[in-house]
Amino acid sequence: MSGSQANRKKVLESIRTTLGANAPDKWREANVRHRLVTHPSGTIPARSLGNREAGLALFSGMLASQGAEVTRVRDPEGVVKAIAAYLAKHELPSELRLSEEPVLVTLPWLLAPKLTQTYGEPSASDAIGLSRAIAGVAETGTLFLVSGAGNPTSLNFLPETHIVMVDEGDIVGCYEEAWGRLRALYGEGTLPRTVNWISGPSRTADIEQTIISGAHGPKRLFVVILDERSP
Amino acid sequence: MTEVLTAGAPLVGLFVTCLVDLIRPSIGFAAIKLLEDAGARVEAPLAQTCCGQPAFNSGDRADAQAIARQVVDVFEGFDYVVAPSGSCAGMLKLHYPKLLADDPAYAERAKALAEKSFELTRFLVDVLYVEGVDATYAARVTYHESCSSLRETGSSWAARRLLQSIRGIDLVELPDSEACCGFGGTFSVKYSGISSAIGEAKARTIAATEASCVVSCDLGCLMQIAGKLSRDGKKVQARHIAELLANMIEAAPIGGERI
Amino acid sequence: MTALASDFKANAAKALADAELQRALLNVKRGFVQKRVDAKARLPEFDTLRDEARAIKLHTLSHLDLYLDYFERKVADSGGQVHFAPTAADAREIILKLCRDADAKLVTKGKSMVSEEIGLNACLEEAGIEAVETDLGEYIAQMRNEAPSHLIAPIIHLNKETIAEDFRRSHEGLAADRTLGSAADLVAEARAVLRQKFLAADVGITGANLLIAETGTSVVVTNEGNADLTQTLPKMHIVIASIEKLVPTLEDACTILRLLARSATGQEITTYTTFATGPRREGDADGPSAYHVVLLDSGRSEMLGGSFNDMLSCIRCGACLNHCPVYATIGGHAYGSLYVGPMGAVLTPALVGIDHARDLPNASSLCGRCEDVCPVRIPLPSMLRAWRERDFARGNPKFREKTALKLWAYAAKRPRLYHALSGAAVKLLALLAGRSGKLSWLPFAGAWTRNRDLPAPEGETFHQLYAKRTQE
Repeated sequence: MSGSQANRKKVLESIRTTLGANAPDKWREANVRHRLVTHPSGTIPARSLGNREAGLALFSGMLASQGAEVTRVRDPEGVVKAIAAYLAKHELPSELRLSEEPVLVTLPWLLAPKLTQTYGEPSASDAIGLSRAIAGVAETGTLFLVSGAGNPTSLNFLPETHIVMVDEGDIVGCYEEAWGRLRALYGEGTLPRTVNWISGPSRTADIEQTIISGAHGPKRLFVVILDERSP
Repeated sequence: MTEVLTAGAPLVGLFVTCLVDLIRPSIGFAAIKLLEDAGARVEAPLAQTCCGQPAFNSGDRADAQAIARQVVDVFEGFDYVVAPSGSCAGMLKLHYPKLLADDPAYAERAKALAEKSFELTRFLVDVLYVEGVDATYAARVTYHESCSSLRETGSSWAARRLLQSIRGIDLVELPDSEACCGFGGTFSVKYSGISSAIGEAKARTIAATEASCVVSCDLGCLMQIAGKLSRDGKKVQARHIAELLANMIEAAPIGGERI
Repeated sequence: MTALASDFKANAAKALADAELQRALLNVKRGFVQKRVDAKARLPEFDTLRDEARAIKLHTLSHLDLYLDYFERKVADSGGQVHFAPTAADAREIILKLCRDADAKLVTKGKSMVSEEIGLNACLEEAGIEAVETDLGEYIAQMRNEAPSHLIAPIIHLNKETIAEDFRRSHEGLAADRTLGSAADLVAEARAVLRQKFLAADVGITGANLLIAETGTSVVVTNEGNADLTQTLPKMHIVIASIEKLVPTLEDACTILRLLARSATGQEITTYTTFATGPRREGDADGPSAYHVVLLDSGRSEMLGGSFNDMLSCIRCGACLNHCPVYATIGGHAYGSLYVGPMGAVLTPALVGIDHARDLPNASSLCGRCEDVCPVRIPLPSMLRAWRERDFARGNPKFREKTALKLWAYAAKRPRLYHALSGAAVKLLALLAGRSGKLSWLPFAGAWTRNRDLPAPEGETFHQLYAKRTQE
């Protein structure tokens, strides 16, 4: 038996011995299988169970209170204009690093000719990152971003300013709903390399309990909600 | 002392507690007055000494069990057992059943005792339906919530209810009332530096309320608090809640100068 | 780590006399306590979730072998590898080999109590591998060669002037006259210095707040984002976690995550909560090409099903520390252990033996506030008592203590003797105190009278007076 197999045996046997579970027990196994397969939810907070408008308001409100700037636009043109306006307002560079998500790549960038776009994994010097969230959770103003071909995770952390686009239709009430969508997308029991829950810009309170932004991750988080529902 | 027997009046065994017995018996008599005024008959059996906490909290399970059995023997004949102390009542209510769970001769009896054991203020309000007391204390008073009366006997509401009924009382909430005073029984001497430091914080909070008197359900806490206030030269008096409720405030406060 | 649990009394005395520490500890009391109250008020379902979280944890613990087995398979399915480590030495060996195989010169680390428990950094340094803590508090503690003093706020005991001095001493190549006056200045400098490390690291090692069996996932929560840069940029990601971190499903993780930040800092959720599953997939834009999870036992399996089983439910939020009157007066270092406060007082003896840590469970007033605030309702006071029973059974208490207890118990079991002795004793004490009603000094009572007056007895016992009254 290899060292690692011996270690494995040692730990699992120690557990089984202490629990008195050395003989195979089909009820124990059924218990485990059942929970894994049915993955029951616990109590969902009432605040997550509101209607669409309430959810949207909660999502924006929570993100704002957690230090992000949030805006809602009606169309892809609005997304580009909002980004340009945000960068101008904060006197930030106009060089954007985007993930290669088609919905970002195909935005009407010509409407903001001063902005330039590069794609993929950011370098250490990229100041502005733009990603797309696969979902948003109203409960705590949390964005779900996933790794993938074209979605570098480092884009969410390296640049000093992080801009995230999320579709209004992808904003759900609670975390469990978002997981449901990921299960539908990736299959049961399967996740991509990284799922990031992001709920604000980076911060630390380690020094005298004073809150400072931009500890290691982005100093600024700007969230653009694309709401294409007809008014 | 004349005794008027009321048919059907519950017979209460007073669990005096060792601190009340040794340090401040007037609390015991205040408790008797409150219980009798509320319609109970009260007896304080001689064969009681202590609830066994010192042994229990020191890990001496054997002695704790022996004392618990003794208490069960002495008190099981009463309709109720009432202690002017959250920690002692908590011992009987919560810990005795677990302590004696493996003793076939006492397991059920301990459970039965637990069900009829109460801290004084909780008993007065929840069992004897006392809504108010006939007492006067026209001064600012603050209430220290002993950890056991808060977390073990659930006496918070009852204690405050009764205090509020005192004529003339100016009852102010003690900030951070859920914080421990640092007594902890034997902890107060085994780790006296830490215990004192915790008591210091509590004494400061009490003094800051500008109350002239601090009350509590537990004499242990009051000894710690009074001892700290006195050493720090603060003028706040300390009394047991029973003394104020029974209008028995002639005696010197805890640790205070004899009158 | 320099302090030992067996030096508790001396360390506690030092802590009580340390004015700067005492000032810093006020932050703990004022800040975290109120923040938790506010967070709880904003979530009406809080207490229900606590019950559910407790049930999830206890269920997982009683089926831990099965869930670990399933977790291992899922990690393998996604291209990662699980390594079981029965002891700390095994864990070090495994991680060292992985780092050597990756030809690592520089390792960045996300915050991990378990990695400190096994002494990982020293092991790596000895092997010529530079290991850099990236959580700001841990980074500063590492710089000072100190242990963290709080579960989630590692340097709560330090002020910014001290930290500025440390930075000037340790950060080479920067202008000597640069401003480091504010917390913002310090954070900015740390960010710049550590960024270089993040980018150059060969291996990133993180802990895990949770492991999820359903998907073979490790979960890390931070506000800084340091763990994300640690686990995304290097070519290898190693997770070191103890076996009890496992929960069955994504939904179970959600229940616990709803409680973790609220109980710890009063936040609704941490800024970053990251779920890592396996290495990068084919076609991914970035991510490590190797993902390893090292599962540490080191005494946990022996706690299962016994008196301390529930301690394994701990989600390391620090709420018990924040509400503990003992911690509030002595801080973390006095415990001489990696795990401090009430949870440390229960866990440390389980890991190092009661003989080496007996003061920890004994130095408590058993106020019970810790159990009140624990998100998974661990019955901490009962477990402290259980340790005291073992301590007593092993004959550890000092002779004086044991004798005093024995004498008292002897009398307490004999009411007539007790009443006679106590009657005499209180008469004497009352006489000694005289009119003052208190004693500021008494032989053998120094432990009390050193810092407090002792209220004097009334002079007769209750039973003496009661006997007189009932005779009337």
